[in-house]
Amino acid sequence: MVTTVSVSPAHRIASGRRASYLRRKSALNCVLVAPALLLSIIVVVIPGALTLLLAFTNWSGIGFNFQFVGIDNFEKILADPVFATSLRNNITWLVLFLTLPAIIGLLTAALLLGRKKMRTFYQVIYLMPYVLAPVVNALIWQTVIYNPHGGVFGLFGIQPPSGSAATSLYAAAAVDMWHYWGFLTVVYLGAMRQTPGDQVEAAIVDGANGWQVFRNIYLPSIRPTLLLMGVMAVIFSFLAFDYIYLLTQGGPAHSSEVMGTYAYAFAFSSFEFGKAAAVGIIMSFFGLIASVLYTWISRRDVTK
Amino acid sequence: MMRYIKSMTGHLVLAIFAILALIPLLLVLINSFKSNAETLKNPFQLPSSLSFDNFVTAWTYGKFSHGFINSIILTGATVIVVLVFSSLAGYVLAGQKIKRWPVIMVYFTMAMTVPIQLFIFPLYSAVAALNLTDNVVVVGVILAAINMPFATFLMRTFFLSVPSEIEEAAVMDGVNTFQLVRRVLIPIVRPGLITVGVIIGLNSWNEFLISSTFLQNPENQTLTLGFLTMNGTFSTDIGTMMAGALILIVPILAVFVALQRFVVDGMANGSVKG
Repeated sequence: MVTTVSVSPAHRIASGRRASYLRRKSALNCVLVAPALLLSIIVVVIPGALTLLLAFTNWSGIGFNFQFVGIDNFEKILADPVFATSLRNNITWLVLFLTLPAIIGLLTAALLLGRKKMRTFYQVIYLMPYVLAPVVNALIWQTVIYNPHGGVFGLFGIQPPSGSAATSLYAAAAVDMWHYWGFLTVVYLGAMRQTPGDQVEAAIVDGANGWQVFRNIYLPSIRPTLLLMGVMAVIFSFLAFDYIYLLTQGGPAHSSEVMGTYAYAFAFSSFEFGKAAAVGIIMSFFGLIASVLYTWISRRDVTK
Repeated sequence: MMRYIKSMTGHLVLAIFAILALIPLLLVLINSFKSNAETLKNPFQLPSSLSFDNFVTAWTYGKFSHGFINSIILTGATVIVVLVFSSLAGYVLAGQKIKRWPVIMVYFTMAMTVPIQLFIFPLYSAVAALNLTDNVVVVGVILAAINMPFATFLMRTFFLSVPSEIEEAAVMDGVNTFQLVRRVLIPIVRPGLITVGVIIGLNSWNEFLISSTFLQNPENQTLTLGFLTMNGTFSTDIGTMMAGALILIVPILAVFVALQRFVVDGMANGSVKG
């Protein structure tokens, strides 16, 4: 590789600098990564570890007086019918989010794939609800759509779904999905565009129709993305909070309660932080299963 | 002919979903200019005259002057902390410059999926004990910590695309690590910084659970929280609520449309490359 025998003085200085640079490099790199890591540990990990401890106490959240009560909090929660409703609602939420937005996202992404000119236009429109705040989206729907007096439902004389126990969860889910599916269109389209063009061309030459190309080329090609988005949907379904809290407050009569709103009410309505912590842990347990899966999938992608 | 029908069906489906996304936003636009009596008759009816009364009422009762300032400070704090910390960490992780980089990657992946409900209760008590509730900068930093893993991953993918020759050449010229990051790497990954800044900025601007818990005093509330408190008084006044919504929607959509390339890129990159 070396073509010249003589080393110029300038080169020698440079390589000396490089050697000392390499010695300091390792320590400096630790300093560079430390702020991000430390901030995350202080805000997320330490309070998270405290939650694991506090779930076994009767802490009120004010001051630091508490007694250990063993698994009392967990026993009471598991015996509470509202918790059973919450868990069931989280699972319903999960089924809704794994299907409807994914289907709409795939359909629109597949249709946009061949339409280069209109692609940006549609993506921007589809993302508009996604970039708006949950507070804004929820209040828009509550005020001008789910409003029996002057809203769209009032205009057609239909009782809005947010007010009845049978449909309140679906009313909140509809708004959340309305705001969310455009994100999936963009993600799926981005993944589909990474599909090798020669595979698609080969399939078309072989006489495959549009559906066959989608089913046999694009769908397998975006499988990792589909899987990741699916796992993310699982995690976020167990953490659902914003749209339910804003639209129904978990009501009427706890019919749309999910674990997120159930835990929040313990902490900030009845000041039972110990119980809130216990629900937080149960939620995290479901999230953790999905999170391990997610870590495993993305690890495999990074190292492959 | 068959081809033509197929193509038209595709367009129709795309257009229907566009309308689905836009109808609630169009209802906001139409009704924000109408009196309540007019809205009660038919929310789809165009306004008979353009009245800006609703906007004045919404601005006053939603405390939007305070809200804009607080939201800007909060989002600014989040974006600055996230950009500085995540670009430094992303640079180290992309170059695999420390031995334990896979451990840190796994840590951030797990941290990204930790539910807020797992840490918010002790965090709230700690912040309250330090008398730091109702402080928008503190909330901005907390949101930065929550967004840090995702931002670090995104920055890492941008640093991955920087050829290592550029860095080696700079080291040969005798620059130290800080100069290297500031003068060589940051200019190259500027699109990445904009992407992360916009996505995290939007997250922080729109955030609800943390900010509503930590900011209770009306003086310290963000724009969205001010709008939410309006709902108590004006829930029957559709026009005023829609005017408030429009004031919140317009700046966000303007920023989004202007920077859409970066947002779309970030979403596609972040999820495709993990």
